[in-house]
Amino acid sequence: MSNGAFAAAMAVLPDYLGQHVLLSVSALLLGIAISLPLAIVSAQSRSLREPVLALANIVQTIPGLALLALFYPVLLALSVFTARAFGLRIPALGFLPALLALTLYSMLPVLRNTIAALMGLDPAVKTAARAVGMTPRQSLLIVELPLAAPVIMAGIRIAAVWVIGTATLSTPVGQTSLGNYIFTGLQTENWIFVLFGCVAAGALALVIDRLLALAETGFAQRSRARLIAAFIGVVVVIAASLVPLIGTASGRAVIGAKNFEEQYILSAVIADQLAKAGVPSIRRSDLGSTIIFRALVAGDVDAYVDYSGTIWANEMHRHDMPGRAAVLQQVARWLKTTYGILDVGSLGFENAYVLAMRRDKAKALDIETLADLAAYAPRMKIGGDYEFFSRPEWASIVKTYRMHFAVQRSYQPTFMYRALSDGDVDVISAFSSDGRIAEYHLKLLSDPKSALPPYDAVLLLSPKRAQDAKFFAALKPLAGRIDLTTMQRANLMVDRDKRTPEDVAKWLVQRIRK
Amino acid sequence: MIRLEGVRKDYGAGTPAVRSLTLEIQEKEFAVLIGPSGSGKSTTLLLLNRLIEPSAGTIAIDGQNISALDPVALRRRIGFVFQGIGLFPHLTVSENIAITPRLLGWSRQEIAARVRELLELVHLAPERYGERLPKQLSGGEQQRVGVARALAARPNIMLMDEPFGALDPLVRDELGTDYRDIHDRLGLTTILVTHDMTEALLLADRIVVMRDGGIVQSGTPQQLIDAPSDDFVRHMIDSPRRRAQRLAAALNPIPAP
Ligand SMILES: Nc1ncnc2c1ncn2[C@@H]1O[C@H](COP(=O)(O)OP(=O)(O)O)[C@@H](O)[C@H]1O
Ligand SMILES: [Mg+2]
Repeated sequence: MSNGAFAAAMAVLPDYLGQHVLLSVSALLLGIAISLPLAIVSAQSRSLREPVLALANIVQTIPGLALLALFYPVLLALSVFTARAFGLRIPALGFLPALLALTLYSMLPVLRNTIAALMGLDPAVKTAARAVGMTPRQSLLIVELPLAAPVIMAGIRIAAVWVIGTATLSTPVGQTSLGNYIFTGLQTENWIFVLFGCVAAGALALVIDRLLALAETGFAQRSRARLIAAFIGVVVVIAASLVPLIGTASGRAVIGAKNFEEQYILSAVIADQLAKAGVPSIRRSDLGSTIIFRALVAGDVDAYVDYSGTIWANEMHRHDMPGRAAVLQQVARWLKTTYGILDVGSLGFENAYVLAMRRDKAKALDIETLADLAAYAPRMKIGGDYEFFSRPEWASIVKTYRMHFAVQRSYQPTFMYRALSDGDVDVISAFSSDGRIAEYHLKLLSDPKSALPPYDAVLLLSPKRAQDAKFFAALKPLAGRIDLTTMQRANLMVDRDKRTPEDVAKWLVQRIRK
Repeated sequence: MIRLEGVRKDYGAGTPAVRSLTLEIQEKEFAVLIGPSGSGKSTTLLLLNRLIEPSAGTIAIDGQNISALDPVALRRRIGFVFQGIGLFPHLTVSENIAITPRLLGWSRQEIAARVRELLELVHLAPERYGERLPKQLSGGEQQRVGVARALAARPNIMLMDEPFGALDPLVRDELGTDYRDIHDRLGLTTILVTHDMTEALLLADRIVVMRDGGIVQSGTPQQLIDAPSDDFVRHMIDSPRRRAQRLAAALNPIPAP
């Protein structure tokens, strides 16, 4: 099993590493290109220096993940504006937000070191430069920057290590990186993936750090050999990482996935289906519910699987419960008329939010329904995934059943199931298609007052792809072909058996085609 | 010919660093500015190649008001030697010497030949010293390189701010004598700052005594010795003599009876 996971990790390494290096190097180069001139000007101007350093310091205090997340709405707003003004759409997801956030992140060490190095130069040397007849520019290029170079290089080294580390956090904004190992591994409890991601990112940072250290001493000791060796080393590392990406340029369809197993599997099924039809695609995983929907509207994602109830509650803000078929139908119509999104149809199973308890406990307290639960809730603890308590479904449960728990906790789903089985919480928010419901022998509580909408899995296509007949034809066969038992089995293969989503997707596709 | 007329320099509020300075230095003259610390000697020198600008007055070189000249071009035709040596620590001896010719766009061969010539002029063997970094030289050797760098672009005027002040007396004498020789051979106009009257008397054609930003007396060493304008100058000019007498006494003790 672990050999399989290792092989699976190796198989995606060229893509992950290439993307990671491309992103880090671009951000670092852009960061240096902005920071160096800014630092040079700031070193001479006190009125500029203080705000620049203060700003860079503030940026540094923003957690990396938050900074990455912040660029998504900013770019989205900008995209709406440029689309209106110039008919030009900026991609708000993926490379661009990650690049901008990491560029900002890389700036502080370069700014700080460059300013400190330039200001710390012996004034006599600068006077000497003027006295021998140098212009301010010549003084900078011939004397000041070369003397400051080792310290500047040390700043670049720090920036490089930070950027390579922080780039692992760009996965949730839709940019593939070595972080994909970590996010996916954490989700599927595939510790080999997590470890692989950590080691790969760490090794990359270490190699680049050593090479830049070589350059630093090269500058300090005026050793051309060291500088050349460092330069060649960096070029080789970058080139080797980027070669696998060549020829995989844009124009490929983007398939989105939220941050859980079922979504990984289904996105792989979609990719497989498209590949059979000759449409190349890439997958963007670990996107949040709202982000992925906005991305579909904007065309940053071409296709993904969502759930009718999620759209009903989150996007349409509906609280009435007209029944499963009516919701499905109204959601499809609303998506079409509001955004031009094409709902290919239900895949054939429902993945509903349900509250679940340990069977023994439910039996002891004689709890069958949410109404029964409400009586015990004030003395109980509830665990939910990161989204659950801020979703309208939760608000609806609270309102309909007057449900109030003593303690509310958010978990990464894997740990949520553990918490329930260990008795740390009494109730959790589960997904009905989750294989772990069977594995942990959980009791699903029924919803007699229909507080929760139905959650049919629906395959959605972006407005642009909605017009694409070939695309539609490739994916249409998936509609109605996956039943609940099949999906639960598939999910369990990932959750419990630690098979990769890609692997399970192959199994699922074979069953569908039968 | 260098001519300062009514030159004043304020570094801000308070007493000016240099006040109503009027002074003429002839072509090929070796002038020494001397005075106590803070008397405005360095300021005067810096004004001459426009490293600082005067608050009032005019400075002319060969009849041309220097405020009308491009300061960068002006500095490239005036040699400047610093108190604190001021070599570029990241450049080799050859690269340091080559700097002004390089800025002037001389050809590679011209520069190489000139560097060689200058190293020989300041008594440093080109093969031994050319590729060294400044920190690999002694203080005296470094200052020889400083002189060579200042001379590189064949300036007619040399400005030297306590060039040998930081060196031990033996090396200082040797460098002073060597430089006076270079001055004569190349027909330079030199303005050298010092606070050591012995050095001034040994090197100068003319001594300019400064105090509190102004000139107290200006004349040949002989004129100063013969007719010091006030007690301050007399005291200064006497100090080498007093030292010499003490020295003689120390070297020839009165024999015991
Ligand atoms: N950059 C400066 N800013 C302010 N005051 C200065 C500066 N340089 C020199 N001074 C002042 O000007 C006066 C003359 O200084 P300077 O010309 O260096 O004297 P010297 O070289 O004779 O010792 C001194 O009082 C000194 O403190
Ligand atoms: Mg001085």
